[in-house]
Amino acid sequence: MGEILEIFLSASFWAAVIRIASPLIFATMGELICERAGVLNLGIEGIMVAGAFAGWMTVYSGGGLWTGVVVAMLAGMLFGLLHGTLTVPFGLSQHVVGLGITLLATASAYFAYRLALPRVTTPPRIEAFQPLPIPILSDIPLLGPALFTQTPLTYLAFVLVAVVSFVLFRTPLGLALRAAGENPAAVAAQGLSVTGLRMGAVIVGSGLMAVGGAFLTMSAFNSFFFEMVNGRGWICIALVVFGAWMPGKALLGAVLFGMFDALQIRLQQTSIGADVPYQIFLMMPFVLSILALVIMSRRASVPAALMVPFNKGER
Amino acid sequence: MAPDSMAQGPVLRLDGITKRFGALVANDAISVTLAPGEVIALLGENGAGKTTLMNILFGHYTADAGTVEVFGQTLPQGNPRAALAAGVGMVHQHFTLADNLSVLENVVLGTQPLWGARLDMAGARAKLVGLAQDFGLAVDPDARLGSLSVGERQRVEILKALYRDARILILDEPTAVLTPQQADALFAALRKMVAQGLSIIFISHKLHEVMAIASRVVVLRHGKQVGEVAVSDTDPRALAEMMVGSAITQPELRAATPGPALLELRKVVTPDRGTTRGLRGVDLALRAGTITGLAGVSGNGQAALADLIAGLERPSAGEMLLHGAAPAQWSVAEALGAGIARIPEDRHKTGTIADFSLTENAILERYNQAPFARRGWLDWRAARDFAQSVIRAYDVRCPGPDTRIRLLSGGNMQKLILGRVMELRPQIILANQPVRGLDIGAITFVQTQLLAARDRGAAVLLISEDLDEILALSDQIHVISEGRLSPPFARGTMSATDLGRWMAGEGFERGRDAA
Repeated sequence: MGEILEIFLSASFWAAVIRIASPLIFATMGELICERAGVLNLGIEGIMVAGAFAGWMTVYSGGGLWTGVVVAMLAGMLFGLLHGTLTVPFGLSQHVVGLGITLLATASAYFAYRLALPRVTTPPRIEAFQPLPIPILSDIPLLGPALFTQTPLTYLAFVLVAVVSFVLFRTPLGLALRAAGENPAAVAAQGLSVTGLRMGAVIVGSGLMAVGGAFLTMSAFNSFFFEMVNGRGWICIALVVFGAWMPGKALLGAVLFGMFDALQIRLQQTSIGADVPYQIFLMMPFVLSILALVIMSRRASVPAALMVPFNKGER
Repeated sequence: MAPDSMAQGPVLRLDGITKRFGALVANDAISVTLAPGEVIALLGENGAGKTTLMNILFGHYTADAGTVEVFGQTLPQGNPRAALAAGVGMVHQHFTLADNLSVLENVVLGTQPLWGARLDMAGARAKLVGLAQDFGLAVDPDARLGSLSVGERQRVEILKALYRDARILILDEPTAVLTPQQADALFAALRKMVAQGLSIIFISHKLHEVMAIASRVVVLRHGKQVGEVAVSDTDPRALAEMMVGSAITQPELRAATPGPALLELRKVVTPDRGTTRGLRGVDLALRAGTITGLAGVSGNGQAALADLIAGLERPSAGEMLLHGAAPAQWSVAEALGAGIARIPEDRHKTGTIADFSLTENAILERYNQAPFARRGWLDWRAARDFAQSVIRAYDVRCPGPDTRIRLLSGGNMQKLILGRVMELRPQIILANQPVRGLDIGAITFVQTQLLAARDRGAAVLLISEDLDEILALSDQIHVISEGRLSPPFARGTMSATDLGRWMAGEGFERGRDAA
């Protein structure tokens, strides 16, 4: 037990928690925006792969780090445009389109990687984002290294949660977006375009998912390799439900998941790890996520028009 | 806001509006004018083209021909924002409100520039509260819409139009969900609006309401404008005949000969299921040879009672007796086995399977019994013969038994449902909203069938939100409110107003003390 307590008291543990949570925060906010407007975006996993590759490739071929983030976002928005076109005006099944986008985006990224680097066996590394300690705040014990000695992208993730929250609940645009996910007829009756709102939400949301993917290559692993997104997109779908479609609660969920994940890595190295197969530890964050989801989502209210296509002139 | 110079001319002029959906002409050269401070009624059966016409006016549809003029200005087609800006407000039959937003948020939606930096809630709140006071439409601005009753939601829907400074208000079937008292309160609010110079188009198929609120009536039938009369020059009967296009025959009513109770409930309680309210100590006896009417505002336990009798729900307390004995393990199978005929509330969702043929739909409840099933195999010839006999006997207008039921009109769908249960000569009939949304011809047909079943000794439970229907057909009437059931009232002892008081929940405490 002493070993576990030691983990919880170490600053590097909490720094890892926030680092693991950061890409999830971007992608979860992206998914949350889509779902609030009434579109389930299962393209998230593939869009994260595409974002991871686009951002990394930009920097690898000589672009700046922030240029990489913008290119990743644009790549995500492009897939968002495709997803939105198929699901919103055409009203196709959001499940099928989303899984299709995931396959397409993942395969495109791998294919482009192979075209660009046909003979590489070990993935080349890039000069990625470096931690940027915030003066004074980073000197707070435990909290300082965890929250205020992170890369700029992590700070951006936390700012993003506040921005998404403000836009959703304090601006006319956010109100219209929430209404589009609850009862699109109410939006249409006020002369607003449900199609425009939903397309916009899917495009912007997909852009944020791609930034989440880019975080992996540009702020965590510093290189691109296959299977690197590794189900994080699916976790984000669960985090939206866990957060009851509220940005703040979803952030909490992402941090919680980050904590489980950082914990299992460290538990593998303790004396418990010697006796238990490591696969059990790998399972832990997912099992705990499912449990938390079951407990948290019982009272959650789903946007009523989620996955319901809206056709003007039909009831 | 209307310029004063326009006050003399009509505020609204629909001129030669024509709209086709494929081969169907939904609106055929319809012309209507509306004067300031005037209430006109748009009367017609379902499918007559009332809602299509209003959707064109409001910009949801584009007309194939014709023009819409508001305050002398021609409105661009297919542009709801232009209609709203011109001062046209619509109170939809299916409210256009979002459940997860507050009342205030629902009202504010779309009224502030979409790219504005911040919602101005304080100003909006002041305006909303002012409007609510002026017109007697009290609502809590911070209440979550999902927690409001239907009547309150309607108030929000009306306030939403007023908040946008509507000068012309269109109300689509506004009383369909209200008790008579709530409807009176609505009419009082409407009169206040008219007194302030608003003009109103009132869409309805309820004749006495049209007579009460409108000064002029425009009647539509099959997309054509068949008449326009001042209310002072007509009466409900003449309006009904204009609406239907032929003389109306009321189903013939013979005296009831009540027999023993076939189904009895004693102090029955059922649990609440999500938003569906359960029953709270219900006493009910369905006697052979009678029709028992169940009046009430929807959502007060009708669904729980219907589910209980259909076998979808079991009592959690109290006793249920079928032919005098308690059923062993109450279930849908047992209900079907006991010969309970079910005419479900929603014929599209629970009554039929849209993409199945008429034959398949006709045997839905008995597909696993002889003669349709033999040693585990379906006998399609027997099924088709049965469907044919129902189609003939119940006048189901369709291309044939292999047609998908989706393609039938509501009336013909209902006739098939009626036929498939009535062919078994059931002793207990659960008729939940059996004529909702049907035209007058189909209504008469269904009601005649229910009366015939009564006359041959069946016990009928008629659940309806239409008090006129309840009063016309029922030998005894119960009112349901918040899961409680009133004592039975015999035919002729209650007026619609009396029932309305019980529907609002009055009288239940006294009723309990007396019992």
